[in-house]
Amino acid sequence: MRTLAVAERVLRQLRRDPRTIALIVGVPMLLETLLKEIFSDRPLVFQSIGAPLLGLFPFVTMFLVTSITMLRERTTGTLERLMASPLRKLDLLAGYGIAFAIVAVLQAGAVSALAFGALGLEVSGPKAVVTALAVANAVLGTALGLFVSAFAETEFQAVQFMPAIVFPQILLCGLLVARGSMAAWLRWISDALPLTYAYDALAHTASNTLDTRFTVDVAVICGCIVLALSFGAATLRRRTG
Amino acid sequence: MHERAVSVKGLRIVRGGKVVLPDLSCAVAKGAVTGLLGPSGSGKTTLLRAVVGVQQVAGGTIDVLGLPAGSPPLRARVGYMTQAPSVYGDLTLRENLRFFARVLGAPADAVQKAIDDVSLGDHADRVVNRMSGGQRTRVSLAAALVGDPELLVLDEPTVGLDPVLRRDLWRLFHELADSGRTLLVSSHVMDEADRCDALLLLRDGLLLAQDTPASIRARTGAEQLDEAFLRLVDA
Repeated sequence: MRTLAVAERVLRQLRRDPRTIALIVGVPMLLETLLKEIFSDRPLVFQSIGAPLLGLFPFVTMFLVTSITMLRERTTGTLERLMASPLRKLDLLAGYGIAFAIVAVLQAGAVSALAFGALGLEVSGPKAVVTALAVANAVLGTALGLFVSAFAETEFQAVQFMPAIVFPQILLCGLLVARGSMAAWLRWISDALPLTYAYDALAHTASNTLDTRFTVDVAVICGCIVLALSFGAATLRRRTG
Repeated sequence: MHERAVSVKGLRIVRGGKVVLPDLSCAVAKGAVTGLLGPSGSGKTTLLRAVVGVQQVAGGTIDVLGLPAGSPPLRARVGYMTQAPSVYGDLTLRENLRFFARVLGAPADAVQKAIDDVSLGDHADRVVNRMSGGQRTRVSLAAALVGDPELLVLDEPTVGLDPVLRRDLWRLFHELADSGRTLLVSSHVMDEADRCDALLLLRDGLLLAQDTPASIRARTGAEQLDEAFLRLVDA
């Protein structure tokens, strides 16, 4: 009940800000279109990375939006008020997770419709799985954003966490360079990063090889969500200095 | 002597390596308005935060409504208004209160009552960021009132308000006290001291006096509480 109160409140705040919603939904559509156009003479490139990219957008967006929203909650004192109230930490974190998952459904739905429709993106596996993975990645982004917001004192710092935490994962996840051709130490780092599994699951869906490895990927994504949320809960202190 | 809503014994608080409250003992009577007065930097906010249970404490005990401060059962019974308005600026007054009412488990009609209590009926559907500073303060106060708590801890609730509104709010505080609620209200403006049933005078983390305004005046022989405060400092 209190979880839903938090989710509804976060969604209301977002709805007050139509420009942010337009950016959340519009920017991935623009990027997906650009991706198709820059590789117009090599359509296979778009076909192979179009789906993974679609599934990773929500991760990046929700990471940013969540870390800023949560930071605001910390700096304006509303978090202190909530920590003095009967609200449980889990209510707060789950409320955020639900709210941004709903936004992710909107975002992933719109980009999927464009990519699989007008842009002619094909995947061998079920398209619904690509969209579902996009939503799962959004929740992962939200969970990580909640966690890292504890380490930012200003919004400038929070914004810098995006390149610091998200970009290395995108470079190492296998999207740009196959993991098999990376140096061993880079592969080890890659093995430890959640986005690697998110990318792998999307690639498996695109090639319709929903095997054990795919199941492991999904399990790792879910595990990372739980882990990031519990780290996030640990950063929420009822009593502060 | 009234029954106690809050009793503090030997409270010691250190913030960022600095001792803010070295060893504070005081009490807040039930069903009354107690003013916590002192200049800024005297430790008022720190003491209030400790009573609410959001401040790390280095020593001593704080009993609130018969339980240690910050105990989970107290969270719905103690209302807290922070010094800076801590509400969601991108929501309307009503949306803010609906949210806090749900968090506090308050009935739906509590929202309208809290709006009326702070005289913001005409602004209920305005986004808080577009309100004046004084209105925002009242939104924050309403968010503390909406749960109808037994103990209200208010950190400078009347700062920046015009005299008419201040009078109305103090009237509200006394109505709440008359109906059995306890209020602990901080202020750095001495002219508000006379509106309180009891006073805690704080300076540099030390309690200068703990008494009714009349007794403090009688004891110091000062007509104005401002002057009484000075005599207590010099004593």
